[in-house]
Amino acid sequence: MPGLVAAPARGARFLARRRRAYYWFIVPALVVVGAVIVFPWLFTLWMSAFDWTIGSAAHFVGFGNYAKLATNQRFLEAILHTFYFTALAVAAPLVLGTLAALIFHRDFPFRGVLRGVFVMPMMATPVAVALVWTMMFHPQQGVLNYLLSLVGLPPSLWVYSPTLVIPSLVLVEVWHWTPLVMLIVLGGLAALPTEPYESARLDGASEWQLFRFITLPLVAPFIVVAAVIRTIDALKTFDTIYVITGGGPGTASETINLYLYLQAFAFYNIGTASAVVVVFFVIVLALALLLLHVREKTKWS
Amino acid sequence: MTAMASAAGRPRVRRWLRKAGFWLSVIVIISPAVLVFLWMLSLSLKNEIDNLAYPPVFIPNPPTFGNFLQVFEQNSIGRYLWNSIVVSGGATLVALLIGVPAGFGIARVGARRLTVLILIARMTPALSYLIPLFAVFQFLQLNNTLTALVITHLVITVPIVVYVMAGYFETLPRELEEAALIDGGSVWSTFRYVALPLARPGIVVGTILAFIFSWNNFVFGAVLAGRETRTLPVAVYNVLTFEQLAWGPLAAAAIIVTLPVLLLTIVIQKEIVVGLTHGGVKGG
Repeated sequence: MPGLVAAPARGARFLARRRRAYYWFIVPALVVVGAVIVFPWLFTLWMSAFDWTIGSAAHFVGFGNYAKLATNQRFLEAILHTFYFTALAVAAPLVLGTLAALIFHRDFPFRGVLRGVFVMPMMATPVAVALVWTMMFHPQQGVLNYLLSLVGLPPSLWVYSPTLVIPSLVLVEVWHWTPLVMLIVLGGLAALPTEPYESARLDGASEWQLFRFITLPLVAPFIVVAAVIRTIDALKTFDTIYVITGGGPGTASETINLYLYLQAFAFYNIGTASAVVVVFFVIVLALALLLLHVREKTKWS
Repeated sequence: MTAMASAAGRPRVRRWLRKAGFWLSVIVIISPAVLVFLWMLSLSLKNEIDNLAYPPVFIPNPPTFGNFLQVFEQNSIGRYLWNSIVVSGGATLVALLIGVPAGFGIARVGARRLTVLILIARMTPALSYLIPLFAVFQFLQLNNTLTALVITHLVITVPIVVYVMAGYFETLPRELEEAALIDGGSVWSTFRYVALPLARPGIVVGTILAFIFSWNNFVFGAVLAGRETRTLPVAVYNVLTFEQLAWGPLAAAAIIVTLPVLLLTIVIQKEIVVGLTHGGVKGG
């Protein structure tokens, strides 16, 4: 009798020990993540309260760095540039990526190969691609102005014009990241049930109606996921802008990330740069949460 | 008679038109990708006169490999290539050593909450890791070393490997592991001899994705590397854009950087489609 009672207890302890054994598998990764990811977060938060330029002594200023940023014209403009860039660099890939997903969802010869070709820009080295685009944007010898002239349009200054620089950079971003949106939406399309389509077709619905009233609502959650990922990435864009314009002409394409780079690694203002990081992170987090909130809503309706 | 023929022909014409329209849309949607890569190739295979000609010369005639030779002869591109291999290879290897077991552990105890950490890591701009790490490496006198670069690249590779592996181990059936445990095997030995061999496809995908995103990274090297320790993307940007403004060699260098990545992409094309669809793993 006692043996029978003891057995489950020993079993539970055995299971608990086994569970603990699994946790040991995670420890090394946690240590590394703590060192290279969590430590920098905390260090940045701490440094943002100091006035510290590399090579001189640091002194505590509390929220001083944040107060200065709040009235810094150049930083505030950088925030506006970032939002402008992000809005375009999210919207365009979402529309084009969804269209591409609808195409690749159909069955046609060489679909796998063509999909592979379509996905390639996403994996290409951003710096290498940015250099090629720099040459394509060239106002005199660039191939883009030649293409414009073929369809009878006047040449453009592209990234050399203060008003066109951000849309031009977005063009590169769209080229790079539309495939990611396509892949995510394609995953959503693959999971769609077939019954609603069959019954709607019997009722005489048109292709457009099928898309508008069945496909779109069902893949909406996936489009929102793509929007979240795209927003995070667009806010963080660095390589493309740094290589093609360096924030110019003037400061016309200086985003938060470019401003951050200058503060940290050109002026070595570690305190200010850390405060920029914290503000930047709050913006990214806020926008991501907002979009996730939208996602909850699309789920309900 | 003719009326009947045209009545039978019309649906066929319409079907044909639809098909043509569909293929046209396929061509439109993949042409930006194809054209930019072809233009890159075209620039790299032409001499400088053709590259600066207006209207542009599209097809190199005759194609020249001079630009590639120039890139290899005049710059220490071999060294930078080696640096990139060491940094991305090293960071991927370390990520595999700690990330594969971690993915296993997370999948088996169901600690999906830990992946939230990875999500936040993904939201943080890469530059923000650099400021503290730069200060620490300065203190440890590790700046300008490949070791420092390998350590920072862990920021990219570890989350990717953990994320991919946790997802992969979750899809593996647990019956075999349970059986091994009941037979008295330890948790470690079931991992080593049962789960690990089954996880090989997941490991391949995790390795290639981590390697690609580490290889593509520019900003870590731009800040932390010295003259001798530059990775390939940094070298292409720094050396070639400042020391020679010629387009041909620049395009050739751009191809040298990105070709390995494109080849790897083709290898795991199908897995990328599945893997990225579910996670959106992207470093930096």
